[in-house]
Amino acid sequence: MRRLVDIRPQRASRLLLGALPIVVLLLFYLLASEARHADNPADKVLPTFAAMAQAAHDFTTQRDPASDRIVLVADTIASLYRLGLGLAIATATALFLGLLLGTVPLARALLGPMVAIIAVIPPVAVLPILFIVLGLDEASKIALIAIGIAPFMTRDLTGFVTGLPAEQFAKAQTLGANSWQLAIRVALPQLMPRLIEALRLSMGPGWVFLIAAEAVASDVGLGYRIFLVRRYFAMDIILPYVAWISLLAILADALLLFVSRRGFPWAHGGGR
Amino acid sequence: MTALLELRDIWVEYGDKIVLERVSLQLAEGSFVAVVGPSGAGKSTFLRLVLGQEAPTRGQVLLDGRPMRAECGPDRGVVFQRYSVFPHLTALGNVLFGIECAQAPVAARLFGAKRRAARDLAVEMLAAVGLEHSLGVYPAQMSGGMQQRLAIAQALVKHPRILLLDEPFGALDPGIRLDMHALITRLWQEHGLTIVMVTHDIGEAFKLGTRVLAFDKRRHDPHAPHRFGATVTYDLSLDRKNPPPPALVADLSGRLLA
Repeated sequence: MRRLVDIRPQRASRLLLGALPIVVLLLFYLLASEARHADNPADKVLPTFAAMAQAAHDFTTQRDPASDRIVLVADTIASLYRLGLGLAIATATALFLGLLLGTVPLARALLGPMVAIIAVIPPVAVLPILFIVLGLDEASKIALIAIGIAPFMTRDLTGFVTGLPAEQFAKAQTLGANSWQLAIRVALPQLMPRLIEALRLSMGPGWVFLIAAEAVASDVGLGYRIFLVRRYFAMDIILPYVAWISLLAILADALLLFVSRRGFPWAHGGGR
Repeated sequence: MTALLELRDIWVEYGDKIVLERVSLQLAEGSFVAVVGPSGAGKSTFLRLVLGQEAPTRGQVLLDGRPMRAECGPDRGVVFQRYSVFPHLTALGNVLFGIECAQAPVAARLFGAKRRAARDLAVEMLAAVGLEHSLGVYPAQMSGGMQQRLAIAQALVKHPRILLLDEPFGALDPGIRLDMHALITRLWQEHGLTIVMVTHDIGEAFKLGTRVLAFDKRRHDPHAPHRFGATVTYDLSLDRKNPPPPALVADLSGRLLA
């Protein structure tokens, strides 16, 4: 008798197994929605797929009066701009600090405790401060994402560099490397795949901070739209929006993985 | 002959724990020094001391008659048992690294004619260790033996005064190990190297070394095992033609296994 832990599904059955829970979930939603609509044809909590398709048609064709863009496009551009800029600032900061703190013990002693303290502050708790200091415009939202992500990313990258084998640093020094060369030729390249990994993991919190900031004060954006239509109980808009956000997140993740595999083949099990 | 490396009454202590005591040595240029001893007898500490990763608590280390700073430098090359090569660089990149560090302090990379010259040098070094067909291969795709060949080429391109080997062949298959013995012997002769090799393998030590140093504790306090440090208990000069007396080898092996 084979043990449960030894049964490894083939590729085809793996795809099938993976699709199964999703199909079950959709089916379950369909039945629940039908049941509610049988009770009350005007039900808004579990809209039918037809209603969602109609809503999706509306927000992909109608224009936002403020920007004269299609609603979904305007929201997506605004949100991705904030998220992208916030993540870029966080990544650049974390890369610089992680490299510095990881390779230079003096810098670690100086800045390590401060980074550790900042990292435990719940970012959304400082959102009011950001609104007061930076105003209600783009800057405060971008800052929330950057402040929310940069500290723990910095700690992760610092830990990674300090965890590189000491032999490598000794070897590099016997090959004549100075501190600068050690940082940019030994630590930095090995840090890059880890940076992308950290960025992939940060996407989740990044979206949370973005939607939180947009929910509180904004006039365009994916998070803004969801919280706006919530007032009218418009689940037929909220659900497709959530699906769209998930799709964007999956695409971003796949893109980062692709970049990492292409750029750093040695970190993914070799390859020339 | 003047000593290339001299240790004068070295003590290494970690708090209460004494690792090495009263180690005084002179290593001649061109010698192949094999260091043996049981685990915990300070072989690795001795190697780190010469490498400069560690400073002695007392005593002096002199390189070419001048006091050596406790810092790794290009005059002492090293090959560790593992993690000796950079996983993110190809074989060629690994060997180029040492040349690039010396010639490009800021960019740490070479371009144009300088790069071509450096590349020729690196390829020559890789050919010397038998890796001329693996220039573009990353370490993760190499066998253990190839990685150690690469590590040796990487170190030799800097022409170190001393090459330190820390159990370099310990993780290799017996057949590969024999190949590596032949390789390191050839390189030692051709390049006139001075080698200090730490090993667990007594046979390897006597086969390769022109001098075998055995580290062990002379005194032992069973109630305070850290009270006394290890020192050089045997110091044998060999020529590589005549084998050492079998009784002596048996005695040493017995001590090391005990």
